[in-house]
Amino acid sequence: MSDPILDISGISKSFGALKVSNNISLDLRSGEIHALIGPNGAGKSTLIKQIAGGLPPDSGTVYFDGQDITALSTAARARLGMGRTFQISSLAQEYTVLQNAVLGALGNRGDVFRFFRPVMKDPDLLATANEALELVGLEDFKSFVTSELSHGQRRQLEVAVALTLSPKVFLMDEPMAGLGAEGSHRLMGFLGELKQKAPILLVEHDMDAVFTLADRISVLVYGEIIASGSVDEIRGNPIVRTAYLGEEAET
Amino acid sequence: MRKETILNAALLFGLLAFPLWAWVADEPFLITLTTRAIVFAIAGVGLNFALGFGGLVSLGHAAFFGLGGYVMGVLAFHAQTYTSVMDWPFVISGTKSMPIIWLVTLILSAILAVGIGALSLRTSGVYFIMITLAFAQMLFYFTISWSTYGGEDGLSIYVRNGFPGLNTMDPIQFYAICYVILLMVLAFVFALSRSSFGLALGASRQNEDRIQAVGQVPFRLYLTAFAISGAITGLSGALFADLNRFVSPTMFSWQTSGEIMVFVILGGVGRVFGPVAGAVLFIVLEHTLGGLSEFWHIYLGAILLGVVLFARGGLYGMITGREVAHE
Amino acid sequence: MSLLLFIEQTLNGLQFGVMLFLMAAGLTLVFGVMGLINLAHGSLYMIGAFAAAAVAGATGSFLLALVASFVCAAFAGVLIEFFVIRRLYDRDHLDQVLATFALILILSEATRWVFGSFPLFLDKPDWLSGTVMLPFGIEYSLYRLAIIVVGLVVAAGLFWMISKTRIGIRIRAGENDREMIGALGVNISLLYTFVFALGAALAGLAGALVGAIQSVQVGMGEPVLILAFVVIVIGGIGSIKGALIGAILVGLTDTLGRSLLPSFFGLFLEPSSAMSLGASLSSMSIYLLMIGVLLFRPKGLFGGV
Repeated sequence: MSDPILDISGISKSFGALKVSNNISLDLRSGEIHALIGPNGAGKSTLIKQIAGGLPPDSGTVYFDGQDITALSTAARARLGMGRTFQISSLAQEYTVLQNAVLGALGNRGDVFRFFRPVMKDPDLLATANEALELVGLEDFKSFVTSELSHGQRRQLEVAVALTLSPKVFLMDEPMAGLGAEGSHRLMGFLGELKQKAPILLVEHDMDAVFTLADRISVLVYGEIIASGSVDEIRGNPIVRTAYLGEEAET
Repeated sequence: MRKETILNAALLFGLLAFPLWAWVADEPFLITLTTRAIVFAIAGVGLNFALGFGGLVSLGHAAFFGLGGYVMGVLAFHAQTYTSVMDWPFVISGTKSMPIIWLVTLILSAILAVGIGALSLRTSGVYFIMITLAFAQMLFYFTISWSTYGGEDGLSIYVRNGFPGLNTMDPIQFYAICYVILLMVLAFVFALSRSSFGLALGASRQNEDRIQAVGQVPFRLYLTAFAISGAITGLSGALFADLNRFVSPTMFSWQTSGEIMVFVILGGVGRVFGPVAGAVLFIVLEHTLGGLSEFWHIYLGAILLGVVLFARGGLYGMITGREVAHE
Repeated sequence: MSLLLFIEQTLNGLQFGVMLFLMAAGLTLVFGVMGLINLAHGSLYMIGAFAAAAVAGATGSFLLALVASFVCAAFAGVLIEFFVIRRLYDRDHLDQVLATFALILILSEATRWVFGSFPLFLDKPDWLSGTVMLPFGIEYSLYRLAIIVVGLVVAAGLFWMISKTRIGIRIRAGENDREMIGALGVNISLLYTFVFALGAALAGLAGALVGAIQSVQVGMGEPVLILAFVVIVIGGIGSIKGALIGAILVGLTDTLGRSLLPSFFGLFLEPSSAMSLGASLSSMSIYLLMIGVLLFRPKGLFGGV
């Protein structure tokens, strides 16, 4: 296939004496879901921050769509097409569902410094926003204030806002967290379709989802990638088994 | 939302009807009182844009209020003494034309705000509060020692500045000028609140991670908001100086910054018309309580404390309930 | 400017700095431990000064007046903390600024109501008046020297308390993690009240000490409060060490600036311009210093909170 859309190599980061990321390399190819798993404290969220922006690595590079983005800001990376959902929902809580979605569409279009037209009446933005909300199934909740949504609905909204950015890549940090069985299944089906639009780097704890959805899996333990490969390869890998001893048993 | 619109309309109507009644009843003092409330309202609308919409707690907005006052003071002083402000490198003469003074005020206030903002917005939290206060304090001490324009004693402008076609010394006509300016400022801020910029600014206030994730830089949004905010408050300073025909370093004081904040809080932070309600309430309190006791600040303090502790949304919060997101 | 004058001004700067430290210490502790911005701190300074003036006027004893300032300010601090401040710990900075601003209004006007608008008198005691001979043949005000000594003793006492006592440990732990120390069984409520009252007492003491060389009047606290904020911002919020260093820096900058800048400008400007330019620049100098520090260290010199 073509070159990977996201190419991370040699990422290292230390906080004082603690090496949180140790020479991490991985890539993301178009059309795939690449899951990143590992026990708590392995450094998954730190790695996502270094890829999405906001936390500069001590060494290593991040290539996105052929471009070296290691020195770029979070906002610049978002503009280049990096979509992201946060581990702890990061939405404008006072705004309605529709407003959050329109915000995403607006950010994507880029013309934020407009002072006179009512933004919530802009047909293009509304179209993009509504489309995204329909895809995640929140179209009936458009006028709900975000702080009133359930946990699962906020997750859906996060995905919807990421969608409005027409991203080339999705970085998803534990999207299943806090979802019940039904919500998880829904999201799983949705992610399976989503990967056609843009590949997904999926950080997850929910092994059910990981083994169902992932095309590739990388295992992060104590800041290092200890194994990387297909679902079957990882499942059968004794090192991975050892690392997960004591963690939730896989089915 | 409907309740808010009704309250907005009621305020605008009241601010129109009351001085007209006072004009007919030949009570020029009450007209001037209303004008004072309107000028304070404009100052508050300016601060509210940075504070309520942008989440920027500026304790130094007196810097802009004072700048507006001194722009008016300096230009009018030179006009009334028939001297020029500057002879080199080019001649700037004084002026007593309000429109020109307002234009100069808006431009200079915006520039000052960009300057202060560019430095202050590199900090956050209590550091931001302190650094904005520091800038206002610097201007305060600077004007105290600037004896050319009165220093600590301030500067008197004998005749009110002129507006084409009107007799600005007539209280009702000056009031009308201020009322129209208030309407224009409110219309501007209202449009902003519903615009793309308003949506992004509010999002940045609520969650900076979120605004960056959609590709926008918080600093640029805040700086723009701060510039707009400073320009509006600056304009109110020029009007205030014209109202009193006097300008002094007190316009730069921390007490003034605090007072402008009081207008915003009493009315309801983040509501477009909040500062209008707050300013009116303040003037009413000043007039009624002030008449009862020279220590009326105790009551003002108690009311303010009560609002902060128990009625966080101010007057608008109490009357219209929880703030509703636009639309 | 002669060397003698320079040394004298340096000592004045030190005295000013030490007094600022008394104010700043309380402010930085309250912010560091409770996360609270307190604009009413200046009012506590004023209350201490008024208490001292009242007691000195009634009893004639300066020492009693100082004790009164300390105790009254502490007591006022306890009351304010109980009725108002403790409702603000969970609020955002804007609410804290507004509520404590409201307190300034209330306390200032209440003081004016009780004592009137004219300044009160508080005199230095005879046993602290006059000058003392220092090395290099410098004659310096005994009273100002005493202030410096008192300030340094208080600083030493605070450092000892923070690093060597149990309360100090709780304070330091509280600065780091409020919820944790609650979970560990420390009575947060009492700790907070103690910290607030301690800060108040120090402010009151500062007010009394300064009241004897300046005047005791309503509104005397706010200019000092603003300077104290500048100090803790420069020093880093939450750091006592930062407060001391910041206070001395600010004290020296302000005092030396006022005495040196006009002379400096007098070298190439005519006297009246030099005076006014020097005066305005020196009053701005501390703010310029603060802005300069913040641009390089956005959290102050020793701030990491």
